[in-house]
Amino acid sequence: MSATAANATPAQGIYHKAGSLRRERRWALVTAYISLIIAAIIMLAPPFYMLLTSLKTSAEVADASGSPWWVHSPTLENYAALLGNRMFIDFFLNSAKVTIAVVALTMVISVLAAFALGRMRFWGSQFLATGVFLTYLVPDTLLFIPLYQIVGGLGLLDSAWGLVLVYPTLTVPFCTWIMIGYFASIPKELDEAALIDGANWMQMLWKIFIPVALPGIIAATIFAFTVSWAAFVYPTAFITSPAEMPMTIGVVSQLIRGDTFAWGQLMAGALLAALPPVVIYAFLMDYYIAGLTAGATKG
Amino acid sequence: MADGGVATLPRIEAPGGASLKRFARRRSTIAFLMTLPLIAVIGGLVVWPAGYAMHLATLNRRMTTFIGLGNFEILLESDTFRMVIFQSVFFAVTAVILKAAIGFWLAHMLHHIPANGQRKWRGMLLVPWVIPPALSTLGWWWMFEPTYSSINWILNIFAIPSVPWLGEPWWARISVIIVNVWYGAPFFMIMYLAALKSVPEQLYEAAAIDGATSWQRLRYVTLPMMRNIISITVLFSLIVTFANYDIVRVLTNGGPRDLTHVFASYAFQVGILAGNIPRGAAVSLFMFPILAIIAFFVLRGVNRRNREEA
Repeated sequence: MSATAANATPAQGIYHKAGSLRRERRWALVTAYISLIIAAIIMLAPPFYMLLTSLKTSAEVADASGSPWWVHSPTLENYAALLGNRMFIDFFLNSAKVTIAVVALTMVISVLAAFALGRMRFWGSQFLATGVFLTYLVPDTLLFIPLYQIVGGLGLLDSAWGLVLVYPTLTVPFCTWIMIGYFASIPKELDEAALIDGANWMQMLWKIFIPVALPGIIAATIFAFTVSWAAFVYPTAFITSPAEMPMTIGVVSQLIRGDTFAWGQLMAGALLAALPPVVIYAFLMDYYIAGLTAGATKG
Repeated sequence: MADGGVATLPRIEAPGGASLKRFARRRSTIAFLMTLPLIAVIGGLVVWPAGYAMHLATLNRRMTTFIGLGNFEILLESDTFRMVIFQSVFFAVTAVILKAAIGFWLAHMLHHIPANGQRKWRGMLLVPWVIPPALSTLGWWWMFEPTYSSINWILNIFAIPSVPWLGEPWWARISVIIVNVWYGAPFFMIMYLAALKSVPEQLYEAAAIDGATSWQRLRYVTLPMMRNIISITVLFSLIVTFANYDIVRVLTNGGPRDLTHVFASYAFQVGILAGNIPRGAAVSLFMFPILAIIAFFVLRGVNRRNREEA
């Protein structure tokens, strides 16, 4: 269909076309930058406004006369109040405890399974790999009620360890899935060479696959970390006492008290709670994005 | 697990069919042992709870007697639940279309600018996706807050009257969608950008030589090459949006007058807060057939295209 278009263009038209192409390209560039600037303002406005509010005193927050988008007398008292608050520190420690346990558990489970599924074909491995992908599509809100009953039956309700038990449903399927992809991209010659040299499967995994697929492992770890740090449905359902709460639900449920909200402190708490994933993102952005996109490009 | 493998080490070099066969047998055993934890997670924490949910949904409130589909009947007869179905579908479809469109547009714009600037812009635009949604929604909640709404303050500058963001049902619905689009559009952008980069440059050169306009390049080169990623991303986002809980919980908590509840937040309210576990399980289970049907058709399409390409 495009061949006819090419035939219809006369020879002189090409030069004319080149000039219009350049103009077209410049306009495209201007449009691109305008769109990106507008998008960046919208995307960054909420976190920026949270930061502004967190630097305001309660009096300044309540003062509706000036612009809300500026802070006149910045103060760190909201942060100081939170960091001196035992409950808030406990939220942080709970989140850290649960997240580290879940990340370690997830990586062991998914690296072993991905290696077996991707490299050591066995009866049912194809079926299982498909099952992993389908499990990844099951949302957490579909199963939180039966899991509430199951965790309750184990006596782990209202305990951070109950969260360690259920969070792998959020992390393991995706991590396994992307690790299968990374392992599959390692050339077969490498494991043949290792087998000839007399390595066993465990040595092969440990000495060859893990070092070679390290970027994938970092990406999967980051994914597991951010997902368990941000998890919200399970802790909201399972945890009721503040001492066992992780960050997300702690900030949302415990820093909101009564009718007068301490907005400055609430925003400071939300920002502090969001800090670990944001810091990881800032330093390991390429791995973060690789992990995000790996699932789809291999799907 | 490692010990079993170590024991075979010296014997691998020994030639002959028997040891090879034993090796193969051992290999599948090792592989099975390695996948055992995965099977335990999927079986114990996904398949078993799913079956258990179906069982729970057929019980009465005190979980003592079997009442068949009674919970589903009661739910379908209640106006609140019909509203929940409508709101979930409306919310998910609108939000996903907006996210996909905005993400597609931004990915194109990013793709157009010089490569050395892309990293910086991409880094800024992905920030909403990185912040845990429950926490960023707190910020939005504060921005929507009626007395001090900073969004209304900006609107007032442009002589637009203040909007009752979370007070009026329709505005509350729109607010939930706005927050979800803000959170999810960067994800689409990053997926589409990865897809755009994987389209071979020669295809565009060929199209340019054939005199294709930019619209034709998009329609006949870019879109067909990206079709699989678009469908997987839309499927994934549709499921996650449909099952969304945190944004609704933090922003409106279902209000005003239960009009912004989606399946997840309603299931939570009925099942956990009101203590009617079986009916809550029934509410969640309503999502399953809808999601399964969407997933089936999308994945079938992806599979078929993959096979055509192969």
